[in-house]
Amino acid sequence: MATEILMPALSPTMEEGTLAKWLVKEGDTVNSGDVMAEIETDKATMEFEAVDEGVVGAILIAEGSEGVKVNTPIAVLVEDGETYDASAAPAPAARVEAPVAEAPAVPAAPVAAAAAPVAVVELTPDYPEGTEMVSTTVREALRDAMAEEMRGDEDVFLMGEEVAEYQGAYKISQGMLDEFGPKRVIDTPITEHGFAGIATGAAFGGLRPIVEFMTFNFAMQAIDHLINSAAKTLYMSGGQMGAPMVFRGPNGAAARVGAQHSQDYAAWYMQVPGLKVVMPYSAADAKGLMKTAIRDNNPVIFLENEILYGKSFDVPKLDDFTIPFGKARIWREGTDVTIVSFGIGMTYALEAADKLAEDGISAEVIDLRTLRPMDLPTVIQSVKKTNRLVTVEEGWPQGSVGSYIASEVMQQAFDYLDAPVVTCTGKDVPMPYAANLEKHALITTDEVVAAVKQVTYR
Amino acid sequence: MAARKSTAKSNVSADELKTYYREMLLIRRFEEKAGQLYGMGLIGGFCHLYIGQEAVVVGLEAAAEEGDKRITSYRDHGHMLACGMEPGGVMAELTGREGGLSKGKGGSMHMFSKEKHFYGGHGIVGAQVPLGAGLAFADKYKGNGRVTFTYFGDGAANQGQVYETYNMAQLWELPVVFVIENNQYAMGTSVQRSTKSPSLWERGAAYGIAGEAVDGMNVLTVKEAGERAVAHCRAGKGPYILEVNTYRYRGHSMSDPAKYRTREEVQKMRSERDPIEQVRDMLLTGKHASEDDLKAIDKEIKDIVNQAADFSKESPEPALEELWTDIYA
Repeated sequence: MATEILMPALSPTMEEGTLAKWLVKEGDTVNSGDVMAEIETDKATMEFEAVDEGVVGAILIAEGSEGVKVNTPIAVLVEDGETYDASAAPAPAARVEAPVAEAPAVPAAPVAAAAAPVAVVELTPDYPEGTEMVSTTVREALRDAMAEEMRGDEDVFLMGEEVAEYQGAYKISQGMLDEFGPKRVIDTPITEHGFAGIATGAAFGGLRPIVEFMTFNFAMQAIDHLINSAAKTLYMSGGQMGAPMVFRGPNGAAARVGAQHSQDYAAWYMQVPGLKVVMPYSAADAKGLMKTAIRDNNPVIFLENEILYGKSFDVPKLDDFTIPFGKARIWREGTDVTIVSFGIGMTYALEAADKLAEDGISAEVIDLRTLRPMDLPTVIQSVKKTNRLVTVEEGWPQGSVGSYIASEVMQQAFDYLDAPVVTCTGKDVPMPYAANLEKHALITTDEVVAAVKQVTYR
Repeated sequence: MAARKSTAKSNVSADELKTYYREMLLIRRFEEKAGQLYGMGLIGGFCHLYIGQEAVVVGLEAAAEEGDKRITSYRDHGHMLACGMEPGGVMAELTGREGGLSKGKGGSMHMFSKEKHFYGGHGIVGAQVPLGAGLAFADKYKGNGRVTFTYFGDGAANQGQVYETYNMAQLWELPVVFVIENNQYAMGTSVQRSTKSPSLWERGAAYGIAGEAVDGMNVLTVKEAGERAVAHCRAGKGPYILEVNTYRYRGHSMSDPAKYRTREEVQKMRSERDPIEQVRDMLLTGKHASEDDLKAIDKEIKDIVNQAADFSKESPEPALEELWTDIYA
């Protein structure tokens, strides 16, 4: 009997990939463990092995096909002597033809289209009007920012686990070893406490390190150096020496990776004087803020997000595009409520704003972009207009970023509030593994919509 | 890789001997004065005195060249004086005054000097070890031929990050001398009560790091070992470990109950192996200096320390505005 072979998911967050190459052809006999195909994602190229023995009855997806969704049937395995009857196939039979050879290599439609708002209103643009825009993933934007800064300053180097030969665990540093060589793109052993300390010492010694943590969950092994060594030395030395450096990596929940790999540290680091804390949402912000972070003379915690890495946004095509810290971005103007978020929280904030618009509620959506320094004036100014505030983040509720904002707004704009501030956060639990529980543990768009309705008394 | 036997013989001039005597005496008298000021309530918080360990830093500084770096733990006054930082600035930091090396914002455990290549003064046990390797990393990156002395105690030697650092320092051949100041007690826990390892420097062998044990009460022995270590690093052979066996006469900090060792043990070390007395004997028996010469040095040191103490009392407390400065560069 025929068995469908499905497009595999090669990582927790993979949604689609490229079927780069078939290593078998129709009629070939395969055994369990034989490599059948090469699958590429934006993160990795993997060999895909047969799990059953049989004969390749049909190849449903031609090699070279891009954007093949996970779980799409890509081939059919039949038993020896059996032939494949397409009309009897259980599901989809339409063959996907390979793209023509001259197909452009640039990414197709931005994946973020669903998340992006209908109209982006920028009150304070980060770049001149009319600047040419290029669709870029957050992943590419981060790499471009690091590479540009490394070209301009010999003292900047990148160190971390798998940043060099492996090209980055999440492929952020793809191609950097080739361009800058092993002196400046340095694979470390798995030893966060040690290499965070060595990098901090190198910063004391006059270099400008970029430290990649494979994820910020692992930075807990190193947090003493981030705080006690990097953040406090300038003060303790009476201004004589500090640590100009960037600690960066994915932060927060990815998908189905469980409690120890799914924590949002925004509120933790935001508390520490001496640190600057950045948590971008869009690719343009990731690029402009990363360049600023590398040039900053202080330790910068740069919180990325694995799910956002593959999303595309327009990035201005400028020789030297930077965004100052402490400047929020107003993604969408509105009059009825202010929604403040940052990082991946913006996905929910913007989706909620779209839904609310359908109900006639006009939401102003602010992306903080940097948490320390935090652009509270923009938030307060907005609240004075809308008189209502909802904050959105994936982190835990107690001592959240939102609770700090709520407290500041209460102290600075109490008379302007027409409703108590609602802070939307992740649930107060370690991250569960089960798909349904994980979804419930994170903040949802519906919860943001409900919070807005609560503060607008609708 | 093999341990070298330390030898007491040394080609050393009378002037050098007098310099070591003077520098060790400065540390001793400075620390005694700090102890007094602490008792008078002029110094607060934690205060870890270096008395007994003077030969370690003075011997190793004699092996250093201009531009070499040093970093250490919270027992750091001796290191700062030995590398030439101003006694008045150190003492005024202890009293938390504006004239302190960190403007009164660092305290006993946190002082720095870019000019003297002194990178602290770190209060987290063992944290200075990767930081020191990082300084060496920067020097190797720049190719400037400099060496970093990274000091830590027998207590810190049991921290995991020390071994993470050993691994990378050897892997990347960093020019760092790891100086284990084994003063026999981590606070109140003797080495024998914290490890079964017969020696601490030999743990480097697991990472392929060369090293040796050194008599840390003899400044000449320390200097010679320091020269071997520095030559190894400067030749591009990677890190080197010196386990310098020394002894702290005073408590771990000012609030030490002194219940973990006997008074006789301390007394025996003071009377038989004191590093300053050893050099004094060499100077006198070798007729390199007379009693009067040494008295003159004693007086000079006493004056320096008294001036430092006066400065530390007269310097005003930092202005309240200083609370808000130096948080960001």
